Amino acid sequence: MTEVLIKNGFVFDPLNNIDGQKMDIAIKDGKIVKKVSNERNAKVIDASGLTVMAGGVDIHSHIAGSEVNLGRLIRPDDHVKDVVKKTALTRGGTGYSIPSTYVTGYRYSKMGYTTVMNPSMAAMKARHAHEELNDVPMIDKASFTLLGDWWFALENIAKGDLEECARHIAWMIRATRSYAIKVVNPGGLESWGFGRNVHSIDDEVPNFCITPRDIITGMAKVNTMLNMPHTVHLHTNNLGVPGNYKTTIDTMNALESVYTGDKPIGHITHIQFSSFAGDNWAHFKSGAEEIAKYLNAHNHLTVDIGQVTFADTTTMTADGPFEFALYELGGHNKWVNSDVETESSGGIIPFHFKRKNAVNAIQWSIGLELSLLIKDPWKWFMTTDHPNGGPFFHYPRVFAWLYSSKAREATLKNCNKKAQKKSLLPSIDREYTLYELAIITRAGTAKALGLKNKGHLGIGADADVSIYNINPETTDIAKSYKPVRKAFGNAAYTIKDGEIVVKDAEIVATPSGRTMWLDVQTKEPCRIDDKIKSKFKDYWTIEFDNYPVTDHYLKVPEKIAIKASV
Amino acid sequence: MITLTPKRTFTVPIQAACINVDVFTGKTLQEIKNLSITEGKETITLNDAFDITEDKTIETPNITLTGDFSKVKRIGQGMKTGEIVINGDAGMHTGEKLSGGKIVVNGNSGGWTGSEMKKGLIEIHGNSGDYTASPYRGTSTGMRGGLIIVDGDVGTDVGCYMQGGLIKINGSAGRYLGFHMLDGTIYVGKDCSIRAGACMTGGKIIINGAVELLMPTFTIDSVKPKVKIDATQIAQGPFYVFLGDIAEHGTGKIFALKATNPTLSNYEKYL
Repeated sequence: MTEVLIKNGFVFDPLNNIDGQKMDIAIKDGKIVKKVSNERNAKVIDASGLTVMAGGVDIHSHIAGSEVNLGRLIRPDDHVKDVVKKTALTRGGTGYSIPSTYVTGYRYSKMGYTTVMNPSMAAMKARHAHEELNDVPMIDKASFTLLGDWWFALENIAKGDLEECARHIAWMIRATRSYAIKVVNPGGLESWGFGRNVHSIDDEVPNFCITPRDIITGMAKVNTMLNMPHTVHLHTNNLGVPGNYKTTIDTMNALESVYTGDKPIGHITHIQFSSFAGDNWAHFKSGAEEIAKYLNAHNHLTVDIGQVTFADTTTMTADGPFEFALYELGGHNKWVNSDVETESSGGIIPFHFKRKNAVNAIQWSIGLELSLLIKDPWKWFMTTDHPNGGPFFHYPRVFAWLYSSKAREATLKNCNKKAQKKSLLPSIDREYTLYELAIITRAGTAKALGLKNKGHLGIGADADVSIYNINPETTDIAKSYKPVRKAFGNAAYTIKDGEIVVKDAEIVATPSGRTMWLDVQTKEPCRIDDKIKSKFKDYWTIEFDNYPVTDHYLKVPEKIAIKASV
Repeated sequence: MITLTPKRTFTVPIQAACINVDVFTGKTLQEIKNLSITEGKETITLNDAFDITEDKTIETPNITLTGDFSKVKRIGQGMKTGEIVINGDAGMHTGEKLSGGKIVVNGNSGGWTGSEMKKGLIEIHGNSGDYTASPYRGTSTGMRGGLIIVDGDVGTDVGCYMQGGLIKINGSAGRYLGFHMLDGTIYVGKDCSIRAGACMTGGKIIINGAVELLMPTFTIDSVKPKVKIDATQIAQGPFYVFLGDIAEHGTGKIFALKATNPTLSNYEKYL
C-alpha cells in the first residue's frame, strides 16, 4: 500500500495533547506511523496553513435501519427536494433529511467524518440495518441494539438474575452483530404495546413488576459485567415532555447509584430533548442550566446534545409513545407507528423546526446552552441526533454557533421574540477553540465509544484523517465564522484507512467502510434451552434458527472480541 | 417574441424547464437554441427538438409555442414574469411553482399544471389533468396564490393542500377535489365527483352543478342566496352550505347549488 505524508499541518489531537502544533503525520498500510520509509515514494500532502484532525467520529446518527427506510418511504417530498446526480465515480441518490445510503456516505466523508454509530437497531430488523450499512460507503460504522425492553432482559431483571441477563444480552449482541446496548424510554416501549407509557422512572412496567429504574441500573450493571467498550446508551423516559429535566436528573441519580468510580457508567443521548422545563407547552422553558450544573458536578456520565438546526426534517425514534404525543399536538399529516414484537416500538413524523416558533427556537437555545454551560468538553459530544434535530450535514452550522458568539447572535436575532427573551445565550460568552471542537467531534466520542484506534493521530491509530482549509494562525474563527463554517463542510482532504477519499470537497475514491461488531465471550454461554426456543415459537414471527445475523450479511466485518466477567 | 415549433412527434417525455421567459430574457437566439433539455435519458439542445424563430416586432406574448407540446414537461416552471402562449396541448407540470406572469394554453394541459404556484395566472382553454394546482406527492404545501382558469374539465385530486388563490373550473371536476384544502377558493361550473373537500380544514368549494355523494363528515350549516367567488364575481344560488371536514375539526365550506342537487334536500330537516 502507498505511504502518505501530511506535511506541516496545524495538528489538533486532544488525546495526545497536541494543540495546533505544526507537525507531520506519516501513514503506512492504513495506520499512523512514526515516519514514512522513503519520503520520495510517499504521496506527500502539503498541509501548510491547514488544520489537521483525526477523522470525525459521530456517536449518534440514524443512518440505516427499518425506521430510516420507513421515513424514506413516507416522504417522497423529501426526495424531490434534494436530488444528487451520479458522477463517473459516485452513485446518484435522493433525500434531504434522510439521504439514501450512498449519499449518506459521501456527505459524511465530505465533512471529514470517517466513523459513524447507528444508534438504534431493533434486533429483529438487524439484517435490514446491516444490508443498508453495507451500502454506506467511505465510513466505518457500528449499530447499537435496542435491548431495554426485550422480554428476556426484562424477565431476568424481574427475577434479579443479572448474570443470566448479561449472558442473554451477550448472545443478542453477537446475534445482531452489534456494538453496544441501547435503551430507549425503558419500560415505556413495553407499555406502548398496551397503549400506555411510563411517566417517571418509578412507574411500574405492565406484566413485569419492575420499574424503569430497575431496567436502567440493571442494564448499566450488565454493561459493566460484559466489559463493553461503550457505556449503556440511554434515551431517557419522558423525552420531549415539558418539565422532563426532573426525570432526567432522577435518571442520572439512578445511574450514579451503580457508578464504581473509574470510567463513566452511562451515556445519555440527545439530552436537549430531555432538558425541558415548564409545566406545559405554553410555559415551555429551558432546563439546560440545571442539567449542566448536575453534569459539571458529576463524573459518571457522558452526553450528546441532539442540537436543533432549524430544518424541515423527519423525526424518528424507537420511542413510539413520544411520537404519538407529538402527533397529538397536531399539524402533522403523516405518522408511522409500530410495535416491534417483544423488543421495541417505533414512530416517525416529518417535522419542520422553525425559527419563528417559540418552542422550536427555545429547543435550539437549550442545545447550545447545554453545549456552552457544560464545562468539560470530554463530557459532551456534538450531534443533531440526525435526522431528529436536523440532518447531519448541518454540523458545520452547529460548529459555528459553538465557536462564534457572533454566529449565535445572528441566528438568535431571527428567532421568535418570546424565545429570545427566555434564552440564556446572550449571557454566555464562551467560544469553542479548534482543540475543543476536536474533542467534541472525534477525540471524546472515540474515547466514550472505547474505540482505541480512532479519534486520534498517535502511532498505531487508524489512518483516518481530515484536513480543513482553516489557518488557525491567521484566522480568528470567532469573527470570520462563515469561511470556517464552509471549510468544515468541505474538507480539503479526507483520508480513510490511508487512502485519500476526498480532495477539495470532491470524492476521489469510494472504498467500503467496515462494520464493527462485538463478540462478547461470556465464561459460560447463554443457556439456549427448549424453553427459549418455544418462546420464540410463541411470541416471535421469526424462528430461533433464522434469527441471528450470519457473517455473510456483513460486507466488511470487523470482529472485536471482548472477554466478559460473567 | 420567440416561437417554438416541434420538429417531430415526440415519443418520450421531454423535460424543458428552460422554456421560461426568465431564462430566455437577455439571451440571443443562438444562446436560446443551445439551451439543454432532456429527451428521455438523452441530453439534447432546444434546437434539436424545436424550430425556433424570433420576431422582434412583437413584445407580448414573450414566448409562443405552436404544435403538440403534450410530451413537453415543465414549461414555464418557476417563472416570475412574462407571458407564454401555447397553441396546442401542454404537458405535465406546466407553470409549476409559478410566481408571476401568465401562461395561456389554447388546448389541454397535463397533470400537475400550476402545482405549488404562488402568484400569476394560468388560463387553460381546454381540459386540465389530474393534480392540477396540487403539490408533489407527500408535500403538504399546495397552491398559495394566483389564479387558474380552466374552461373544460379537470381530473382527480385538484387543489390538494391549497392555501390560497382561486381555481375557476368551468367544466366538471374529478374525485378528491380540494383534498386537505386549508384556504382559498375552488369554483366548479358543472358537476363534481365523489369526496369533494375530503380532509379540508378551511377555504371554500363552490359547486354549480350536481354533487356526487357528499362526504358524511360534512354537516349542513345554512342556505345562502349567493356566494362570492372573488372580489368581483358572484355565483347566484341559492346554495346549501356545508361545514367540514369534521373528522379533521375543519371549518371549510362546500357550497352546493340547490337547484341541481335535489338529493341533498334531506339535509334541510337538520337546519
